[in-house]
Amino acid sequence: MKHLIDIKDLSTQEIDELILIAKDIMNNKDKYLKKCDTKKLATLFYEPSTRTRLSFEAAMLELGGNVLGFSSANSSSASKGESLSDTIRVVGGYADIIALRHPKEGAAMVAASKSEVPIINAGDGGHSHPTQTLTDLLTIKCEKGRLDNLTIGVCGDLKFGRTVHSLITAMSRYKKIKFVLISPKELKTPEYIKENVLKKNNIEFIETNDIEEYLSDLDILYMTRVQKERFFNEDDYVRLKDYYILNKEKLEKGKEDLCIMHPLPRVNEIAVDVDDDKRACYFKQAKYGKYIRMALILRLLEIE
Amino acid sequence: MNIDSIKNGYVIDHIQAGKSLEIYKYLNLGELDTQVAIIKNARSKKSGKKDIIKIDEHTDINLDILGYIDPNITVNKIIDGKIVEKYHPKLPKELINIIKCKNPRCITSVEKDLIHICELTDEKKGIYRCKYCEEQVN
Repeated sequence: MKHLIDIKDLSTQEIDELILIAKDIMNNKDKYLKKCDTKKLATLFYEPSTRTRLSFEAAMLELGGNVLGFSSANSSSASKGESLSDTIRVVGGYADIIALRHPKEGAAMVAASKSEVPIINAGDGGHSHPTQTLTDLLTIKCEKGRLDNLTIGVCGDLKFGRTVHSLITAMSRYKKIKFVLISPKELKTPEYIKENVLKKNNIEFIETNDIEEYLSDLDILYMTRVQKERFFNEDDYVRLKDYYILNKEKLEKGKEDLCIMHPLPRVNEIAVDVDDDKRACYFKQAKYGKYIRMALILRLLEIE
Repeated sequence: MNIDSIKNGYVIDHIQAGKSLEIYKYLNLGELDTQVAIIKNARSKKSGKKDIIKIDEHTDINLDILGYIDPNITVNKIIDGKIVEKYHPKLPKELINIIKCKNPRCITSVEKDLIHICELTDEKKGIYRCKYCEEQVN
């Protein structure tokens, strides 16, 4: 593994290995404190993302490494018209590994083709966000104890939601997985995901716009935010943003061991009264994100 | 009108009438230092009229693109004046700089000098997707 551009780049075996390393880090933090003490991570964030950037930076700092970078395109040479390819070549001379967030789809693939140091796709527009998926897989593994034999409800923006597409792609490789795809009709899962991922892998799935209809069947409920930045038309966003609101009352139908996940940030789609429910895993999920990124940095830098 | 038959080379036959110049461009035939004949509106029993391109040399040009342009095209390979191979080109696995991705969210919309690569993702339906953003392009 030289770069991580898409979750499809990783075999299930490689994912299992990363999960093992992440779990070892969680259990033996001291062992990893100086693993990257001569290494630098560049976080090149062309669009804002507090959580992902801080998670990467915290991951590198906890490994004893250093971080440099920028947090918006305005504070980078992109504002002077520099191409992504040129920036990547230059930064490759300063850092040992690069985490790239870019609003354009496919940006990380272009970066990887020009880079001499490992590139981690930290989100390329609405396309792919593999470290979020690794975070989700680690969360599922830690909270449910398995990655197979699960009924997973995904709810919200299934059209533009890249985390959902990546999660469906990743989970479709495990056995006995079922999906319940919950969205308003305007934000349904794209045909190519249904055809090329779900049907191709013989994964059972149901589409509904009712969050409560299948709630009692779910092992995992993955909520997502309707993202303003993915809409060209503000009216559509306003109409759809509060389509689903998960609250304590609705959750009464859910299983005792339901795992409620959310890539965060949330807006209104999970009411605050759910936070104290023992089934709410989304804040733990954010923490797992740091550990899986630590594991990934170690793997890409080939540090044992 | 007479055009010499070729001894060694290719005859690209059953081109939809009017499409031969487009194919000439796609195959970069203008760069070949050999005889190339374009026959427009030739009589055809099947479709009334058709275009034909004759290339008087075995070059290493990639004719796979023809499968994308028109699956009805026939390629005849000629050696010593005889047809030794006759086939309909298959859809190519990759199209390079043939189709431009129109997704405004794709990196190809802003990054200069990128090669536009589209991959065949559904052979039955002939669907190509941009390699970068994975949007369907045709």
